[in-house]
Amino acid sequence: MTKCEKETEMSNKLKVAIIVPCYNEEDNVLKLYNEIKCTSFSLNIDVVPIFINDCSTDNTKIILSSNRIPHIDLPVNLGIGGAVQTGFKYAYKNNFDIAIQMDGDGQHPPSELEKIITPFVNTKIDVVIGSRYIEKEGFQSTFMRRLGINYFKWLNRTLIGIKIFDSTSGYRAINRRGLEIVANYYPDEYPEPESIILYTLNGLTISEVPVTMRERQGGESSIRSYKTVYYMFKVTIGIIFLFIRLKFNGKRHTI
Amino acid sequence: MFFVFRLIAKGKLREEYSFVWIACTVLLLLFSVWRNGLDVIAKMLGVYYAPALVFMTAIFAIIVFLVHLSVVNSKQHDQIKILTQELAMLKKKIEEQENNNNL
Repeated sequence: MTKCEKETEMSNKLKVAIIVPCYNEEDNVLKLYNEIKCTSFSLNIDVVPIFINDCSTDNTKIILSSNRIPHIDLPVNLGIGGAVQTGFKYAYKNNFDIAIQMDGDGQHPPSELEKIITPFVNTKIDVVIGSRYIEKEGFQSTFMRRLGINYFKWLNRTLIGIKIFDSTSGYRAINRRGLEIVANYYPDEYPEPESIILYTLNGLTISEVPVTMRERQGGESSIRSYKTVYYMFKVTIGIIFLFIRLKFNGKRHTI
Repeated sequence: MFFVFRLIAKGKLREEYSFVWIACTVLLLLFSVWRNGLDVIAKMLGVYYAPALVFMTAIFAIIVFLVHLSVVNSKQHDQIKILTQELAMLKKKIEEQENNNNL
């Protein structure tokens, strides 16, 4: 009897994995881990942070293991997409209900976690994106980046007819239905805008919640000035071909 | 041709790639035996300058082969990614079990 009650209580509690991909983030990982640990939630959830060390060349690995931070070490550098997907696969295999993706550079404050998790509890939503543009609060990023984001907003609207304010935001969460898809296929290099197409065409519902972001605490952005053109080009190609592939191959995604 | 065969025998070149190279060497041998062959074919196709035909077919073949190599490369890229992820997760699992045993 008591055992039974305990089991139902366990199953009611949502298991949430926080996936933090990090590449050369020795200054930030420990601070971020402590922040996540200190965050308290009013929801009935079980939060497990998991850091993905994408073969960093600095002391990230040593900091992660010496502080006993739960982490996965990739033996080969896979880039942001591959690193995040590792986390998704891990979350999927270990029966997590929700996986949250959070940058390792401290741009995404753990205090906003609850805002991102709440929609899953109340509504039937598959993907939640933390957006910094709905309510224009906090760090708003550079002019060039906002220009790019407007371009993606337009691209998304023309292709799949939905409006996403912050399609490059890496602060997002997906449920098990979404995990099943991204464990199979996830875009490689700059996955955020592309994955929106992936979710929508697989019939997942996306919702955006306003969050406040900070300016990066250290380290370098994965999108530096001279790479912007390449970024735009690569993502556009990626989006268009992903769209074509999913549209004409039905709902299959074989890679 | 001898060089290609030796590579295959040593196991340095996989059989499926060697096919292309063997075909190339056979063609080379063919035209070195049949000297006039090139002119005959060029005339048949209406190419005035026979060596141009050689360059054209060679460049075409090279481009096709390069595209093929890009496809192979992309496939291997995906395979490496999957292997890396599986490996990393296995390492994590082993570490967890070792920690449990130590407790």
